[in-house]
Amino acid sequence: MTFIRLAGLGRAVRLPDRSRLDILTDINLEIERGEHIAVVGRSGSGKSTLLNLIGLLDSPTAGTYELDGRPTANFSVRARARLRGATFGFVFQQFNLLPRRSATENVAAPLLYSSGRQVWRRRNAAREMLERVGLGQRLDYLPERLSGGEQQRVAIARSMVRGPQVLLADEPTGALDIDTGNSVMDMLQEMVAQSGTTLVTITHDLSVAARADRHFRLEHGVLSRLERAELPSVTARRSVV
Amino acid sequence: MTPLAAIFAEAWSEIRVHKLRVMLSLLGVFLAVLGMTSIAAAGDIGRQLVTESAERSGGRPATVTVQAFPLTAAPDADVISSALRDVVERYDIRWSSLVLDQEIVANFPAFTERVQVRSVDPEYGPMHRVLLADGRWFTPADSDRYAPALVVSASFLARLGGFDPNSPPTVRLGGTTPVTATVIGVLEEEDFGAPFAYLLNESAQTWISGEAGFGQAPMLEMWVPPSQVEEVSAAVTGDLRATLPGHEVFAERLDQGAELADLDGVLNYGVRGVGYFALLLGGVGVLNVGLVVVGQRIREIGVRRSFGATSTRVFLTIMLESVCATAVAGALAVGCAIAIVLNLPYEQILSVPIEDLPPFPLKAAVEGFLAATAVGALAGIIPAVIAVRAKVIDAIRY
Repeated sequence: MTFIRLAGLGRAVRLPDRSRLDILTDINLEIERGEHIAVVGRSGSGKSTLLNLIGLLDSPTAGTYELDGRPTANFSVRARARLRGATFGFVFQQFNLLPRRSATENVAAPLLYSSGRQVWRRRNAAREMLERVGLGQRLDYLPERLSGGEQQRVAIARSMVRGPQVLLADEPTGALDIDTGNSVMDMLQEMVAQSGTTLVTITHDLSVAARADRHFRLEHGVLSRLERAELPSVTARRSVV
Repeated sequence: MTPLAAIFAEAWSEIRVHKLRVMLSLLGVFLAVLGMTSIAAAGDIGRQLVTESAERSGGRPATVTVQAFPLTAAPDADVISSALRDVVERYDIRWSSLVLDQEIVANFPAFTERVQVRSVDPEYGPMHRVLLADGRWFTPADSDRYAPALVVSASFLARLGGFDPNSPPTVRLGGTTPVTATVIGVLEEEDFGAPFAYLLNESAQTWISGEAGFGQAPMLEMWVPPSQVEEVSAAVTGDLRATLPGHEVFAERLDQGAELADLDGVLNYGVRGVGYFALLLGGVGVLNVGLVVVGQRIREIGVRRSFGATSTRVFLTIMLESVCATAVAGALAVGCAIAIVLNLPYEQILSVPIEDLPPFPLKAAVEGFLAATAVGALAGIIPAVIAVRAKVIDAIRY
């Protein structure tokens, strides 16, 4: 069943000289529940904008976006925020961990925007999640004391702690070396597979994209299908767009 | 309930993380509330000291004196005393005393001296907050003693030696028909070397009315509700004029209650004004730091938006950080003010006795705490608006 449907989606901005810049044009994409898709593209091709639109952080200027069969254009700002927290998990290239908060506090943070039992149990849930990503010995470590790979694992634990239906990963291995990046991706894929979470990965690394079920290329704001033959094998080291 | 608890938890977590910044920004608020609350409370104690001191001389609010004297002949003390006592009884005035100041010869062991004696009723003590260093004040039973009882000043006692309640000192009063009087109490108030004594009116009447100088007419002091001063004065003087034809009768308020109320108002508004101004300056400090910090936290706010934080939630969290912090600073300041104000040795510092040390004024404590919290809310609004208006995409990319 289609969970995310983008039809003719576009995003344009008005520049200071009043001219119009089209970042995304006529994006058509359907994503099934539990599916793993990857979007590759060079810097500035509009990858992050596409991720922000899917994650309800931004609104399209053209086309329609249906989430689980409901057009998102009808949602109020407040409803979008609530839906975003309940539906999506985000993994950022630069981890974006909250400074001066321990790993546990970082992972527990999204649960403050949840409700009922999840709020009161947030620290226990955070500890359990950190143990799942192999950081049971780093519960009280501040981000500054963690390696890049560990920080990204904390970020993944944080993105998964509310049990999102969709995980949006923006260059999840972009700040990591090849081996660490591979191990982080292995872990990420294992977690989403276990929970049946939909994974949308945006990357410029073809070997990371190759791990997905379906692949797309974003070039000058236009999305096109990428055949598996165009990608390196999953075991290949690193191949950049 | 849970969302509210979550907002508080988040705001408190932010305060904890940024404790040094928070503490520095709150120093101004803390000092302002400490100053405001301490001065307000110390003002209450100061007012009490002034009030008690004033009440010792002029009586409690409202003390009204009534005097009657003949326009032509010499006063007849018995007639005037009787008329004064009649009006007290007629109007059922609970607190009143006839008062008469006289000089009398006192035969001390070493020498004889004329001393000042004030004849009063037992009610005079509570009416004037008479403080005793030793012994006791008069009771109605002292009128039935076989010898007059005296409450004397320190230098009066010094002329007799010391005070032992089991074997109280005695002194012979009067030159022509001397009588031995017993000292039952010693005044705490300083007499500056001039011996002084209180005596009951009935004792004076019984034992020493024949002495030279005695026989003058006393005046009446009444302690009445301040709101009834005019009414009681008019009624009493009217009755006395009718009872004592050919006498000039007048009544006047003796206590300084009205003047003290004016002083109280000036002190109250002056201290509050300074306190609120200081608090305003503290609030500007909190606002300033809040503005700088919210700029540094834009990325964090963006990340929280990705967790599902609504605009309302971001606004409330940023504002509550400010409110929680200033409320804690206010509570600490009030606590410190209570500790300081209640432990100051006022009597040693001011060399004035205080009978009823007032409790720490609850109003000042509540006002200090609420003012600090309100300043936190005001200082938190602008940073909160800036945080809400930050664009999520830019915030994450920041």
